[in-house]
Amino acid sequence: MSKLPLALRALHRAELSLGRDLLMVADRHEADHEIRYVARDLARWPRIHVQRLAEVGAAHGAHLNADPHWSLPMLSKTSQKVSVALGRRPEPALLLLADLRRLHRKAAGASLDWEIVAQAAHAMQATDLLELSQQCHPQTLRIMRWANAQLKVHSPQAIAS
Amino acid sequence: MTNDRNAIADIWGGRTPYGPGESWPARVDMHLAEGVTEADVQRWVRTASLLHSNGDAMDIAVRDGKIVGVRGRADDIVNRGRLGPKDLYGWQANASPDRLTQPLIRQGGRLVRCDWDTAMNRIVAQSKDLLGTHGPSAIAFYTSGQLFAEEYFTLAAIGHGAIGTNHMDGNTRLCTATAAAALKESFACDGQPGSYLDVDHADVIAMFGHNVAETQPVLWMRVLDRLAGSQPPRLICVDPRDTHVARAARDSGGVHLAPLPGTNLALMNGLLHEIVANDWVDHAYVQANTVGWAELRERVAEYPPDRVARICGIDAAAIRTAAGVLGKAQRLLSTVLQGFYQSHQASAASVQVNNLNLIRGQLGRPGAGILQMNGQPTAENTRECGADGDMSGFRNWSNDAHVADLAKHWNLEIKQIPHMTPPTHAMQMFRYIEQGSIKMLWVSATNPAVSLPELARIRSILGQERLFLVVQDIFPTETTELADVVLPAATWGEKTGCFTNACRVVHLSERAVEPPGEARADLDIFLDYARGMDFRDKDGKPFPAWHDAPSAFAAWAASTQGRPCDYTGLSHDVLRERVSGVPWPCNAEHPDGTERLYADGKFSAAPDYCESYGRDMVTGAPFEASDYKALNPDGKAILRAGEYLPPHEAPSGEYPLVLITGRTVYHFHTRTKTGRVAELQQAAPEIWVECSAGDARRAGLAEGDLAEISTARGAVRARLRITGVRNGVLFLPFHYGYWDRPGAEHSRAANELTQTDWDPVSKQPLYKTAAAALAKVPEGADPVVPVQPTRASTGAMQ
Repeated sequence: MSKLPLALRALHRAELSLGRDLLMVADRHEADHEIRYVARDLARWPRIHVQRLAEVGAAHGAHLNADPHWSLPMLSKTSQKVSVALGRRPEPALLLLADLRRLHRKAAGASLDWEIVAQAAHAMQATDLLELSQQCHPQTLRIMRWANAQLKVHSPQAIAS
Repeated sequence: MTNDRNAIADIWGGRTPYGPGESWPARVDMHLAEGVTEADVQRWVRTASLLHSNGDAMDIAVRDGKIVGVRGRADDIVNRGRLGPKDLYGWQANASPDRLTQPLIRQGGRLVRCDWDTAMNRIVAQSKDLLGTHGPSAIAFYTSGQLFAEEYFTLAAIGHGAIGTNHMDGNTRLCTATAAAALKESFACDGQPGSYLDVDHADVIAMFGHNVAETQPVLWMRVLDRLAGSQPPRLICVDPRDTHVARAARDSGGVHLAPLPGTNLALMNGLLHEIVANDWVDHAYVQANTVGWAELRERVAEYPPDRVARICGIDAAAIRTAAGVLGKAQRLLSTVLQGFYQSHQASAASVQVNNLNLIRGQLGRPGAGILQMNGQPTAENTRECGADGDMSGFRNWSNDAHVADLAKHWNLEIKQIPHMTPPTHAMQMFRYIEQGSIKMLWVSATNPAVSLPELARIRSILGQERLFLVVQDIFPTETTELADVVLPAATWGEKTGCFTNACRVVHLSERAVEPPGEARADLDIFLDYARGMDFRDKDGKPFPAWHDAPSAFAAWAASTQGRPCDYTGLSHDVLRERVSGVPWPCNAEHPDGTERLYADGKFSAAPDYCESYGRDMVTGAPFEASDYKALNPDGKAILRAGEYLPPHEAPSGEYPLVLITGRTVYHFHTRTKTGRVAELQQAAPEIWVECSAGDARRAGLAEGDLAEISTARGAVRARLRITGVRNGVLFLPFHYGYWDRPGAEHSRAANELTQTDWDPVSKQPLYKTAAAALAKVPEGADPVVPVQPTRASTGAMQ
């Protein structure tokens, strides 16, 4: 019996976690405006990926939640308030590096899960999954490269100053 | 034949019609002080306008050591003698009695007068202390689009070279960063492809977010003269306001499109969708000269006119008609300005304009061109010289060979020039100041306390005790108020140097009169600082090696050899001897300069040569050298697709409208000069707000009522003008601050209302997508001066 549902569940979990983390990072760095806005823009992609995975996954024996909770409004508001309150402090610059590092790892994990699903789709001639992977995987990689690029920009000042 | 019209009432003057392919007839505009005639003028001194990006060439009239007027230069390709209102009257600001004439230093909480040595010693001591304890990343420079090339090059050498800080930008970030970014995305290099001479040939002129009638009135005169001549061009205008340009577009048989603010990218994708669907594509050009066609075609297929019409709030039929005009043009000139650059998805939308001309094969020949405009007069030089986050000479920060080449020109060690990341952009610099890691900021010739978004935040950042703030300017401003040291600068007409307009035309601007009091040229101030700091090159010689404007220009020109902005054919003496106005590149191969770039599909995009590998259109992440080599090994133009995302601040119940900010023909930037000129000040003395008749009715407001405009950041009061701006949109001019109305309690500057957000690709702040509310203020509640309508935007006359 195929382990494809297992791989799809892992991918679904990875994308969900990546999307939630993007929103959380946006909340935690409300005073770093590019992080705040771009992270929320990018969180649209995992949301679409999760939805599409649920649609396509059903035909392959994986029953996945198409519309999970993405953030907790109370926690989100509190994080935003804390980050604004700490806007004058230097510590959030180091926290941002840690957050970007984690985001990069999550995006890399999700990217590898897309590889696994795409390879399986090839082997099983599952055209729908292959197409889905071709549409979504590049966006996961773009999130990963964004986290990397932001880390490069922010680390010199955060560490050297 | 000279013409001294009332340029306040008659902004564009009389018509001199001409047909396609003919040269624009000369018309010499002049204005002299009252009682002075041409016979009284003792000297005419060569310069160009410093109050917009058009680069209108003119001569300053001098009598008894004073500036007494100006006259346009008929021989110049930019303006053929014409001058706009700011050109004709703006010079009077130089002689304003409240010029800064002596350095000031903060003592006991107050700014007090001091001598130059005291001021400079304080700055040098502070710099040395910070370098010793925190290193170069504690020091930042924020400059202007108002200085000269020699000054930017010197500042770049001091900041990036001698000090080795990564923190240097100009206020050009607010006006021209997206122009540069869009050109780098499409052509892998900055540099204006087109020329104003393309107006003489075009059969369609498309203006995207570019209210040229007000921002560049002399360029608009050129368009008006074509419209009045034989075989006039058709115009396309994209602007949520019903401007003079919009009406001219309709009258020309073209189209005015008024999309909702923040939807430009969707609109552009819709226009490209129609061009592709109707196969108005020059496939041979695309095949030979571009990469990325398949991806672009796939992306724009997602944007049929009906979908775009819903996003943008406009008619699908109008999109189709506009696409038809663009798609059938034989000689298409496209121009872009702040309506795109300061709006949501700025770079992605501006890049689609490049794509429009590229897929139609409309580039590099007369009439077929792209003008990604500038807002400020010397913005081009900030970019070229590397005082704005770019690297001197359009070199590539991500290419070690380019950094080594610059280090060779400067005779510094490579490691002295920071290049681990792109230089810090202005908005991020202010964030680092907010966090306390930048501890010294040197501001030259700009007024961030009025021009940056979300002013309450900016004031709180600049007002911090822990920040050492140096401000170099010609007048007291809202920003000098916050400074620890204020340095009095000389300005246009009081110093010699070169600057380059939006279409690469280089002008020499000569010193006509002495600066007032102890004011000094910005170049001399920077060089004095360098000597005070005792900067040395790697042979132990004083750095920078140059000592005045001609030697600074020579060093700059030498450093551009072989780069796209090659100045090696120019010097102060050459510019003095020539017909005025030479477009770069100007070198041995092109001794008379170069009218337009990228003829015959020859780009500056080869991987080893290009200035930039580009950035992701959505995330803004820079691409690596290996990505770029794989995408574009042969150095072609790049078609980069972009997906539309909704703006970050959508109208809501509490704030149901969208606020856009902008400018009037009579004022420049924060009015520090134009507000001190009687003609210009009286023409537009006070802030106003524009909305549609329907929105006014819904808010219970009539023309001339006092309105309060509010966003989540604050509130501003202004008299209402009902105009043809589209429903749901408010317009405020951004020029008005507090220096001439101290009692206004932060209720006058449009930027009290704007949000801190910027385009992830160009890092240009967004001034045109704030959710806002409009309400009536009871009469007697505020002593605002009644507004006189400015003519260009109401369209009361031509």
